[in-house]
Amino acid sequence: MKRYSVFAVAREALRNHQGWDRAWAKADPKPRYDAIVVGAGGHGLASAYYLGRNHGITNVAVIEKGWLGGGNTGRNTTIIRSNYLQDPSAAIYEKSRSLYETLSQDLNYNIMFSPRGVMMLAQTQHEVRGYLRTAHANALQGVATEFIGPERVKELVPIIDTNGPRYPVLGALWQPRAGTARHDAVAWGYARACSAMGMDIIQNCEVTGIRREGGKVTGVETTKGAIGCDRLGIVVAGHSSQLADMAGFRLPIESVALQALVSEPIKPCMDVVVMANTVHGYLSQSDKGEMVIGGGTDGFNNYTQRGSWHHIEETVRALVETFPMLSRLKMLRQWGGIVDMTGDRSPIISKTPVEGVFVNCGWGTGGFKAIPGSGWAMAELMAKGASPLAEEFSMFRFREGKFIDESVAAGVAH
Amino acid sequence: MSTRLAQGGRLIDRQKPLRFTFNGLPMEGYEGDTMAAALLANDRMLVGRSFKYHRPRGIVASGAEEPNALVGLGEGARFEPNQRVTTTELFDGASAISQNHWPSLDFDIGAINARLARFLPAGFYYKMFIHPRPFWKHVYEPFIRQSAGLGRAPKDRDPDRYEQAYGFCDVAVVGGGVAGLAAALAAGRAGKRVWLMEQAAHWGGRAVVDGVTVDGAAAEDWVAAALAELGGMANVRVKARTMAAGLYDHGYLLAYERIADHTPGDGRPRHRLWRIRAGQVIAATGAIERPLAFAGNDVPGVMLASAVRDYAVNWAVSPGDRTVIVTNNDDAYRTALALADAGLVVPAVVDARACVTGALPQAVRDRGIRVLEGRGIAKVKGGKRVTGVAICAQAGEGSVLEEIGCDAVAMSGGWSPVVHLWSHCGGKLAWDEAGAMFRPDPARPPTGADGAAMVVAAGAANGHLQAADCLADAHAAGGGTGAAPTAVTEAEAPLEPVWIMPQGAGPALRAKMWLDYQNDVKVSDVQLAAREGYESVEHTKRYTTLGMATDQGKLSNINGLAVLSEALHQPIPATGTTTFRPPYTPISLAAIAGEAKGELFQPLRRTPMHDWHEAHGAYWEPVGHWRRPYCYQRSGEGIEDAVRREVRNTRNGLGLLDASTLGKIVVKGPDAGRFLDMLYTNMMSTLPVGKCRYGLMCNEQGFLSDDGVVARLSDDTWLCHTTSGGADRIHGWMEDWLQCEWWDWKVYTANLTEQFAQVAVVGPKARAVLEKLGGDIDLSAAALPFMHWAEGTLGGISARVFRISFSGELSYEIAVPAGQGRAFWEQLIAAGEDFGVMPYGTEALHIMRAEKGFIMIGDETDGTVIPQDLGLDWAISKKKADFLGKRGMERTHMTDPNRWKLVGLETPDGSVIPDGAYVPATGVNANGQKNTQGRVTSTYHSPTLDRGIAMALVLNGPDRMGEVLDIPGIDGKVYRAKIVSPVFYDPEGEKQNV
Ligand SMILES: Cc1cc2nc3c(=O)[nH]c(=O)nc-3n(C[C@H](O)[C@H](O)[C@H](O)COP(=O)(O)OP(=O)(O)OC[C@H]3O[C@@H](n4cnc5c(N)ncnc54)[C@H](O)[C@@H]3O)c2cc1C
Repeated sequence: MKRYSVFAVAREALRNHQGWDRAWAKADPKPRYDAIVVGAGGHGLASAYYLGRNHGITNVAVIEKGWLGGGNTGRNTTIIRSNYLQDPSAAIYEKSRSLYETLSQDLNYNIMFSPRGVMMLAQTQHEVRGYLRTAHANALQGVATEFIGPERVKELVPIIDTNGPRYPVLGALWQPRAGTARHDAVAWGYARACSAMGMDIIQNCEVTGIRREGGKVTGVETTKGAIGCDRLGIVVAGHSSQLADMAGFRLPIESVALQALVSEPIKPCMDVVVMANTVHGYLSQSDKGEMVIGGGTDGFNNYTQRGSWHHIEETVRALVETFPMLSRLKMLRQWGGIVDMTGDRSPIISKTPVEGVFVNCGWGTGGFKAIPGSGWAMAELMAKGASPLAEEFSMFRFREGKFIDESVAAGVAH
Repeated sequence: MSTRLAQGGRLIDRQKPLRFTFNGLPMEGYEGDTMAAALLANDRMLVGRSFKYHRPRGIVASGAEEPNALVGLGEGARFEPNQRVTTTELFDGASAISQNHWPSLDFDIGAINARLARFLPAGFYYKMFIHPRPFWKHVYEPFIRQSAGLGRAPKDRDPDRYEQAYGFCDVAVVGGGVAGLAAALAAGRAGKRVWLMEQAAHWGGRAVVDGVTVDGAAAEDWVAAALAELGGMANVRVKARTMAAGLYDHGYLLAYERIADHTPGDGRPRHRLWRIRAGQVIAATGAIERPLAFAGNDVPGVMLASAVRDYAVNWAVSPGDRTVIVTNNDDAYRTALALADAGLVVPAVVDARACVTGALPQAVRDRGIRVLEGRGIAKVKGGKRVTGVAICAQAGEGSVLEEIGCDAVAMSGGWSPVVHLWSHCGGKLAWDEAGAMFRPDPARPPTGADGAAMVVAAGAANGHLQAADCLADAHAAGGGTGAAPTAVTEAEAPLEPVWIMPQGAGPALRAKMWLDYQNDVKVSDVQLAAREGYESVEHTKRYTTLGMATDQGKLSNINGLAVLSEALHQPIPATGTTTFRPPYTPISLAAIAGEAKGELFQPLRRTPMHDWHEAHGAYWEPVGHWRRPYCYQRSGEGIEDAVRREVRNTRNGLGLLDASTLGKIVVKGPDAGRFLDMLYTNMMSTLPVGKCRYGLMCNEQGFLSDDGVVARLSDDTWLCHTTSGGADRIHGWMEDWLQCEWWDWKVYTANLTEQFAQVAVVGPKARAVLEKLGGDIDLSAAALPFMHWAEGTLGGISARVFRISFSGELSYEIAVPAGQGRAFWEQLIAAGEDFGVMPYGTEALHIMRAEKGFIMIGDETDGTVIPQDLGLDWAISKKKADFLGKRGMERTHMTDPNRWKLVGLETPDGSVIPDGAYVPATGVNANGQKNTQGRVTSTYHSPTLDRGIAMALVLNGPDRMGEVLDIPGIDGKVYRAKIVSPVFYDPEGEKQNV
């Protein structure tokens, strides 16, 4: 792998950029691998990357039915934070956030992690108490957050209206080291690093079956033929139930559409990420200048990667109310992704009833931020059979009633 | 230079001059002008700067596809960035400023980026700015953000009004060109309910500019007649300035009407957003001309050939005195003819095709205009304005054969049907080799709920570029019977797909061929993406930002993917397109929000006593859509003081609480008892008529979700009280079970929350005040004991009196018809004067219930708490075979004896423990986090006890009475607290039972 740097760019500029390598190699499937990861989203690629980097397992294939990063990884609003309420969540999201801090250097790919700060507004007394609780929990978990008053909110976000007639801002939970990153770059950076370790990233290849013998996985069937493996990681977000079905077990996952939209770009006017859960919307400004807007999920299950219009209206209303200056901006584009929701809105990183099959899913509306930490835990689980970060996220917790309920803390968990 | 012609201009009214300014310079135009036409008429070709390299940018197009000509429009609170001048109707007094430059449009420091262009290829930022790490946040990113972005951010609150409306029709025809008109005529004549919409202010589309003859008449006249006929049909609705923005599942069409953009401040709503349920959508959205990729094709003065024609014919504007035309098809020759008709010079038509023989080229040659066959443009000369072109052989590498001086270039690379509406809901496209275009694949349309096609593409949008085919297609799409309108135009020879010019251009030239003008994506960038493995069209788009600008690639997408296909040595359909997403062109966020802002943002629910509270110093708290008084502040009184006063007064005398927001759901029917036994954890079917029972509801997981008092009104009727925030949710929950699972149970539910006003009359003087009101209800302890209810009149108002208490005091909750709520409340206030009555708010309510150890849903519960955690085992029936949550509660983690359970906490020094604090335990867990053993769920200063009290969930708490815990607050202090019973006040219940 040729390293990226300003010098490399300068050198290539002099020869019209003809000398750049492929970011990742084109790969056709080999007959078998030590481990296969299904799904080249952020979580799948990160799982493969840490299998190699942390555990020396590099005879790995990542199999993707479309183009890598084309699922939710390439559709999200890129909020990265770790101010979660429950201990297991805070542990994995904070691990993830801290890995994000050095990810550009680790991958030698600028993923543009921007620790600009994330603010979650409290607009009811109930929310104030909820965020005070989170702030206390975070203090014990070692996650740096702070509950701030409306004046400080206004100082950090001059365009906000803290005195709206319906839901005045009473304060906010502020995580200064949270932020955003460039979503595509995360997928591409991991893919490039995986490829550099000799792993195969096989795109346009759909897994259609999972082979088992005596309760143990032996490989997968794909649109490019059968491929053998000892260990299989299923990391396919909204399509997890389908893959589980192929392996003969069921997952407590519902797949629903979540939408987002961007405005036309404008000059910088907001430096932090703001989430307003009472009114149900959140906002940040991309480096390109677009106002990036998201809201809640659709109320019914589907696989279309489109959503219902009225959710866009609700979200936009919430934000125009909170940020009146948005009114005269225009919506440039809206889109949707299919998110994988569990009953307690927390993920699953788990062994399964089939030996050798591991599953990583249920990130729902908020898994972009978790990509490095989730990959770290998944790799450890696949390599060693256990991982402290993944421990509590077993799929069997639903059977025991051991929920990790984050909806307690926030209506939307992005 | 570009100028206004002395004659002509279909759309302008020379009798009505309009004044406007551009960057402060006064200019003049006419009514009917777009701002683009007026700018060109004033010789303003350079209007902006590109996004990445800050290259000079001129007007390229004449409609919604324009990528360059974006301005900041208006002033003050009406300022709006990124307004597309080609779709901005000129009005008197308009003021526009150019964008994305510093210090000025003509001299922009940022243009240094253009000089550094070779160091800034596609995706350069992924490869640079990696070290040193802190620099991204503190140096690189702020710099990139500052130079990116386009227009200035608006600052003020928008003074304009926006509307939303619904429409219903059998057929929605989108597009007001001849195809749309023909389809609407056909559908309208067949008696269908038709909506016809056109995004521009004028009708007729291309045909009126291109001089087509329809049904023997000039297109202009045919369009006027068609509009007249449609206007006379009661079943047809015709709307100009209305753009179909997006199509959603089940024929839900979103349309955006720009009512008053051209008459700002006239009092009408500025935009109206239509949500239309259409039986069928006919997409007669036309086609968009494609640019050609040659070096310097972004220099101001290089325009689409069709746009040049539009400006000349519609607005009598000549973009240049000498216009070279460059093309790969016959259509562009119409531009040569139009310019020649206007008396302008066309030095040459440069045609990439080796052999040009059609009728249109012949007509051009007949005017004495040179036609250069097999030629291309090697390079456009000029910086901020075209000064000439260098001609080369299309087949070669770009050696210059001759140079031609000119001040404008009109280019045409063929046409692409506008397939957005077809594609929004999953319609698929087919590649048309002959037309070199993607067109709707009739075999794979987007389908509606019934599985039938919900969109039909018609006319040019369907790939029929010739007027005659176009009309026949549209007539059929509209369900027309009989003969379709006929059209006469010159025949056209086939185009030759040309994606770059010249064919063999080397890297240096390719780095100067623009695909995406706004985002500065060049042919070389797409080729770089392909080389680096970003092979999927989506990867290329994202890596290069091709098609991601505010025009969403209307001009660049097809050219870009053709270049990508060539680079990957694969046919274009194998590359495919990126996804078409709504909206077709950007729509204002204000229109999406509609009227729902400020006070109207969400429905505000008011109790019948709302105005009284307002008039008596209520400090409001939003609770769901309700507003409830948090407390009533007297003048000069702080909030905390008010709360304390209210608590003390209620405990010692008489307090009134407006409890109208409490959920009140009537459940009735032969199976109502059975139903409630499933819903509540305790038994409701055995509750005698006349009595009340406190009940708990859990979800299927066994977690506590709501609580409240249930009263049995009659044999088959129960009244369920829910929490204020839970009323709608619980009603939905009931209906969910009744409609989806127990659909054969005979039960009705009705949410009567708003039908009753409810007042809690609380305190030692409660009975006295009610007796003073007078009525026919015996309120004595013997006749109406605790947890009973009675009906009758009180103070002349019919009332239902529940003897229940959430404060631990003697308390009656009285429901009266909502319409009489205010009168009843005022009677109580008047009658209570002798008893020192005071209203109290939600905070006093919370404090009093905490003093009494009553749980509050949302405080002691959070979706993970089971009734057993709260010591509410007594409310869980052991007798019932089943209830919602029963199975959930039996799971191993729930039956684990070591759970966090409800206790009270008492601080020896009387201090108040902070809200939300956790109780740490020793050691750390496997992830290095401090272990915890509990958390504070409610914490208050108790005015009654005059010290801090708290409720908490603590590991095995009830077994640890008397133990002292250290609780760190985020305020840096550590609070000591002793575990005590959660009932701090009147544990025996003597006060409430009197
Ligand atoms: C609109 C929106 C906004 C969001 N905002 C945020 C946010 O602000 N912050 C945040 O942290 N998270 C956010 N999220 C959530 C986040 O995007 C996801 O949780 C995360 O990207 C999931 O990554 P993944 O790798 O698990 O899934 P994906 O990226 O979806 O990857 C799964 C991959 O599996 C592939 N696949 C599926 N089936 C098969 C098969 N049979 N064979 C082979 N491959 C298959 C898919 O093609 C896909 O590429 C948002 C999501 C959406 C939709």
